[in-house]
Amino acid sequence: MISSILFGLLFIGGFGFFTYNILKIRANVLLGRDVDRKGNRAERWKTMALVALGQKKMFSRPIPALLHLALYVAFIITQIELVEIIIDGFFNKHRFFHESLGGFYTFMISFIEILSVLALIATVIFLSRRNLLKLPRLNMKELAGWPKKDANLILIMEIVLVSCIFTMNGADEAAQLLKGNESYGFSISSAIGPLFFGEINSIETLHVIEHIGWWGHFFMVLLFLNYLPYSKHFHILLAFPNTYFSNLNKKGKLTNMESVTAEVKLMMDPAADPYAAPADASSEPQRFGAKDVTDLTWKNLLDSYTCTECGRCTSSCPANITGKKLSPRKIMMDTRDRLTEVGDNIRKHGKGFSDGKSLLGDYITEEEVWACTSCNACVQECPVNIDPLSIIIDLRRFLVMEESKMPTELTGMLTNIENNGAPWQFSPNDRLNWANED
Amino acid sequence: MSLNVPTMASMMAQGETPDVLFWVGCSGSFDDRAKKITKALVKILNNCNVKFAVLGTEESCTGDPAKRAGNEFTFQMQAMMNIQVLNGYEVKKIVTACPHCFNTLKNEYPELGGVYEVIHHTQLIQDLINTGKMSLKDGGIYKGKKITFHDPCYLGRANDVYEAPRELIEKLDAELVEMKRCKTNGLCCGAGGAQMFKEAEKGNKEINVERTEDALETNAEIIATGCPFCNTMMTDGVKNFNKENSIQVLDIAELIANAAEL
Repeated sequence: MISSILFGLLFIGGFGFFTYNILKIRANVLLGRDVDRKGNRAERWKTMALVALGQKKMFSRPIPALLHLALYVAFIITQIELVEIIIDGFFNKHRFFHESLGGFYTFMISFIEILSVLALIATVIFLSRRNLLKLPRLNMKELAGWPKKDANLILIMEIVLVSCIFTMNGADEAAQLLKGNESYGFSISSAIGPLFFGEINSIETLHVIEHIGWWGHFFMVLLFLNYLPYSKHFHILLAFPNTYFSNLNKKGKLTNMESVTAEVKLMMDPAADPYAAPADASSEPQRFGAKDVTDLTWKNLLDSYTCTECGRCTSSCPANITGKKLSPRKIMMDTRDRLTEVGDNIRKHGKGFSDGKSLLGDYITEEEVWACTSCNACVQECPVNIDPLSIIIDLRRFLVMEESKMPTELTGMLTNIENNGAPWQFSPNDRLNWANED
Repeated sequence: MSLNVPTMASMMAQGETPDVLFWVGCSGSFDDRAKKITKALVKILNNCNVKFAVLGTEESCTGDPAKRAGNEFTFQMQAMMNIQVLNGYEVKKIVTACPHCFNTLKNEYPELGGVYEVIHHTQLIQDLINTGKMSLKDGGIYKGKKITFHDPCYLGRANDVYEAPRELIEKLDAELVEMKRCKTNGLCCGAGGAQMFKEAEKGNKEINVERTEDALETNAEIIATGCPFCNTMMTDGVKNFNKENSIQVLDIAELIANAAEL
């Protein structure tokens, strides 16, 4: 009875706090400008199925993809056991599905155990890649401090979680044998249970150990769940909506700025009255491009929370490869960190509060923004369809159109286009000269 | 053989409509190296009796570098002017040898009222060969040569065109060797996103040098590409390694025109 109440309180508390954080993040994402990602639902579901569920893009690097797959499948399948834990917890049962499912239950738990071992192996390899092999992509300077700790913490939590499963099942198996019952026949724990706990001659002790595993597992699940919104690991949930709302256009197509179209049309229309009041006088003129996170679209902001800092973007970025400051991963991390700050400010001080900081300048420097070749390698590489390039372009738009700040050579290039119709200083009248030269 | 380069204006004056408009682009019109690519393509078009025209002095920058540099005003002014001209001539189909023009015309003009079928010159040449309008006897002078293809970002990743240029290299009976980073993983030459017009930010290497190393690793005799900017960057990269006497950087159009002895 007491354990049921304790379980219920933990359950409600854990899921309640998680919901609270999810709503907070949702509100933050909705601070972004609108962008239409509604149409073409069939294509969207397909993209989500292939990229998020099927992890299609992960497999461009097969070894990490397989290791990641082990963790991913184990994570999903273990949720079945979590359902049992929740039922057992609320109704004070023991292995609720065991009787009703019979042989299938043994198969299911055995399957979960094998996957858990694979996940454990993957976790250990992941930890050593980060900390012993020091893979360059996972040890860049933007990961110094919290991001590095965050990554290791997640992996350690994973190990604790799996250990809890085996403690629980192993002690249970040992108890069965001690009672003279038949083993459950679980693939891994029927072997390691007696190995670890075979010396224990007290059913009570084994039950206590099983309970430690059981509560440990449940507690880790709640801890993990509530850690997610504070962690890069949030991608396990956001990968799904983020791929659903993917950009379905060709990667080369940059967004059209409609506010500019309206003005250009006005400039080119000889009949237009330049002093006429704007058609939609109530609308506040929007800033051109982006200076802060609220100038970006909600999809850019969703991207930032979805990023798990794997760094595939940065390791394929020509600017980063050749030692420039630009790192697409840092662009995403900066966007998320600034958004969290802006969101907290709004909740603390109300809407309209300004802390005098902005994404451009305080987080991302102009040098980073100008180093991009717009080659789309980062967009191509991202396993969850994040688009760092669109943020970079919007930051450039702000610099150029609001502040007239750009590398001097670009000023010349733009002037040439405006005056000569070419980025170089050639006369438009000479455009066809090539046809008559040898 | 002198080139036959009809302009849209002259064709219209004779009451004729071309099947395809050849969008030459700023590089193809003004850059000495890129002009050779333009002429190679015209030779192929002339040879196959393709009814085409150019805009000549009525053509203007598509606005690509302005848009990528963040100046949407300049981009849209250019786009609107070009669309007025193109729509005035009722252009339906455009071919271009510049992936940047290709991308902009194909993807960014429709929303501003310019809707055309836009193809890259490698796709047009592929079509000419596949439909028998052009043939390469025995592959020609490039037979058996090692050729590597550098994917222009705005053709490959930006628009998913990877096969047309490769199929053409195979038509030369040459040995196509891939760089370690190719197709979707291809490394940029360093010129895109308006970088062509400015110095690179501080780093420890130039991007075109990094990319040329990829090409040199393949031991190819020819680096083929399909973009005038990539051509400049790769040519400079080869010079950086003092290999300009042993390695050529050529556009696919040049390879085909040379092989067909045009």
